[in-house]
Amino acid sequence: MANNTTHTIEYKTLSIVLLVLMFLTFVTIEITSFHLGALTVTAALLIAGVKATIVMYHFMHLKYESLLLRILVAMVFVLFILIVVITFIDYAFR
Amino acid sequence: MSEHNAIHVEEHRDDEASKLGMWLFIFTELLLFGGLFLVYSIFRMQYHTAFHESSLELSVTIGAINTIVLLFSSMTVAMSLTAIQKNDQKRALIFIGITLFCAAVFLVNKYFEWGGKIHHGLYPGSELMALLDRGHHLYFSLYFFMTGLHALHIIIGMILLIVCLFKVKSKNLNNKDYVLLENGALYWHLVDLIWIFLFPLMYLLS
Amino acid sequence: MSNSTEKIEYVSYLDHKGKYKGLMAWIMATDHKKIGLLYMYSIMTFFFIGVILGLMMKVELLAPGETIMKAQTYNGVFTLHGILMIFMVVIPGLSATFGNFFLPILIGAKDVSFPKLNRFSWWIFIVGSIMAVASQLLKDGPPDSGWTFYAPYSTTTGTNVIMATAAAFVLGFSSILTGLNFIVTVHQMRAPGMRFFNMPLFPWSLYATAWIQLLATPVIGITLLMLIAERLFNIGFFDPNLGGDPLLFQHLFWIYSHPAVYVMMLPAMGVITEIIPTFCQRQIYGYKAVAISSLAIAGVGFLVWGHHMYTSGMSDEARWFFSLLTFIVAVPSAIKVFNWITTMYKGSIDVKPPFLYALTFIFLFIIGGTTGLLLGAVATNVQVHDTAFVVAHFHYIIFGGMGFAFFAAIHYWLPKMYGRMYNFKIANIALVINFIGFNLLYFPQFIIGIQGMPRRYFDYPAQFQPAQVLSSIGGFILVIGLILMVYNLVKGARSGEIAPENPWNGSTLEWTLPATPSLENFDEEPIIKENPYDYK
Repeated sequence: MANNTTHTIEYKTLSIVLLVLMFLTFVTIEITSFHLGALTVTAALLIAGVKATIVMYHFMHLKYESLLLRILVAMVFVLFILIVVITFIDYAFR
Repeated sequence: MSEHNAIHVEEHRDDEASKLGMWLFIFTELLLFGGLFLVYSIFRMQYHTAFHESSLELSVTIGAINTIVLLFSSMTVAMSLTAIQKNDQKRALIFIGITLFCAAVFLVNKYFEWGGKIHHGLYPGSELMALLDRGHHLYFSLYFFMTGLHALHIIIGMILLIVCLFKVKSKNLNNKDYVLLENGALYWHLVDLIWIFLFPLMYLLS
Repeated sequence: MSNSTEKIEYVSYLDHKGKYKGLMAWIMATDHKKIGLLYMYSIMTFFFIGVILGLMMKVELLAPGETIMKAQTYNGVFTLHGILMIFMVVIPGLSATFGNFFLPILIGAKDVSFPKLNRFSWWIFIVGSIMAVASQLLKDGPPDSGWTFYAPYSTTTGTNVIMATAAAFVLGFSSILTGLNFIVTVHQMRAPGMRFFNMPLFPWSLYATAWIQLLATPVIGITLLMLIAERLFNIGFFDPNLGGDPLLFQHLFWIYSHPAVYVMMLPAMGVITEIIPTFCQRQIYGYKAVAISSLAIAGVGFLVWGHHMYTSGMSDEARWFFSLLTFIVAVPSAIKVFNWITTMYKGSIDVKPPFLYALTFIFLFIIGGTTGLLLGAVATNVQVHDTAFVVAHFHYIIFGGMGFAFFAAIHYWLPKMYGRMYNFKIANIALVINFIGFNLLYFPQFIIGIQGMPRRYFDYPAQFQPAQVLSSIGGFILVIGLILMVYNLVKGARSGEIAPENPWNGSTLEWTLPATPSLENFDEEPIIKENPYDYK
């Protein structure tokens, strides 16, 4: 017997997700054409973060996975951010 | 849950485990690129004017096209999984085919982009690179290193999906057993995830 | 696969007949126990090559000036000693050997989740090891950058650095795959009734270790790739002439290599946590504290890498921050030591070789740990950075800790691995020799380190000679002890007395199996206890 546990996502849902992602890409390109320095970088990275979350949540089926896996994914990103922040404690004050 | 596992052990097949394994591998890949993003952010802070100027050399249009191509391929690979789950072999094949086509388009685009730079004598180790000032030099080193490694992952992803394609054809991959396609798709989405960050950092933030 | 209702005839995993014969039967084995043994044999081989290299250094240091080798040879020798011992011995050491052999058994599983991947990890481990050894023999000469490959020297030296870093990359990949396999195994393969909080504590420590392997190793992977690209294409990430930053290499290197220290130590702590309750016949004190402290060490251990770089020119803010975190990471380690010692209180202690090795571990680990605090404090660190003091400290931790835990593990589990027993008396004598040799070898280095003897130097002023000679004598004594110990173990494994199923009266699952387990470990469903250490 098979033991597939994956939820089936309808074509329509996937298409809507794609449209949202494309819209966000468009927004990123528009936002970065304003030169607002650090604010632009923050906005672009935030939008990229949102896009990544959407890809993981829908395309990668994270929405239907166990809570544990979702926590683990979040942990990996938190760990990476911590490493970057701590490295910057050195570079920002040198 | 534990009773569930015991059954898996008996038949030596556990899709949950394969999928968890793939996710863990994706974590590894994310931190692999994470190291590069760390390097990028530090140099960007130190040489932000030079990074700003250099990124103007890249064509936002090509970058945007590639972004859309990758996002689209991410959707089609997800759709191929849906098709297989619905036992629609023909559609699954078409969707995997479209994904592979998109991957090829991405690589061709990249080829022309890199080719243009190399044509102008701009590549790691070239004489022109040695003449650039520090910030520009680092930017283009990072550009080639990061997009190169990303392209390598595209190729690996393509190989995985080609294997899936043949398995779907031979019906070894079907609506009863599709974990391979699931993992192939996960890997493909990873490639997309990395590009989602690469695109604004390399092409846009100027 | 056969149905669980029909009775399976017992065949020891060592006698199991598969598709292949002879050597191929080992190379192609997917049985986690055989893969564990394969790791053990290869790791012990590399260990003894590393020991010989270490001994060569000790002979060189017997007198100031050139004794038996040239300065450049000495650089090559300490580099290979480092690469071999770190990447090929201590990092895979406990987790790949005893983790492979006992993780599935301890959680009541028949194998790891991905047996073929497990075999593949061993193959690429061997490929990486061959590359590391080859880097010594190829025509440009052995790498001389030290195992740390610090830029910019490593990017400019003419020696085989590319080969050595590529080897480390491949070995890292093997380590990642082992970690991945173990995490999935712990999540998916636990026997019915085995929850996270009634797993024995060795699997707990392996689980925490596996996360470090999985998440830290890719960082060194990309760093080494950058280093290779730097050498090939002048990309300039680490070269100050091209605007790069050598300190960045140190950051990236230690983002992996500090957590890697916990890849070495956590399984060692896990082994000790198994041995102490068994020989005291007592419930481990503070089960949950020990389990959680493994995860805490893994977590906080990710964030303290900067304490290797106090004198490299980091900002002051970063230095005090890393110092603070370093003191925090000492807390869970101390919790473990406290719990081991408390477990012994009022226990009925049975003084057998594994227990003595465990005690030696605790003793050496306390010395290594407390000198680690000295190094974690910025003020003292800047005095002794890059001196023999550091060398002594990490040998107390890595050799005295991980090494002696490895010996403890062999003495503890050998009857289960081979179904035979070694001679206790020789084991005890070897332990005493090892203990004396070890302390004589490394303790003087604390003293000359404080007096200013730098590490990695092939020459020294005459005032250090007495301590250097003492240290070298200790080295020879230690080697004699090691040879005696291995001789006793090999003899025991081949022709020792037949061991009973449960020679130590242990309560964890491996002791419910026959003296050598069968291919799939549990021919009947194991009975999972609510408390893995239910001694009186």
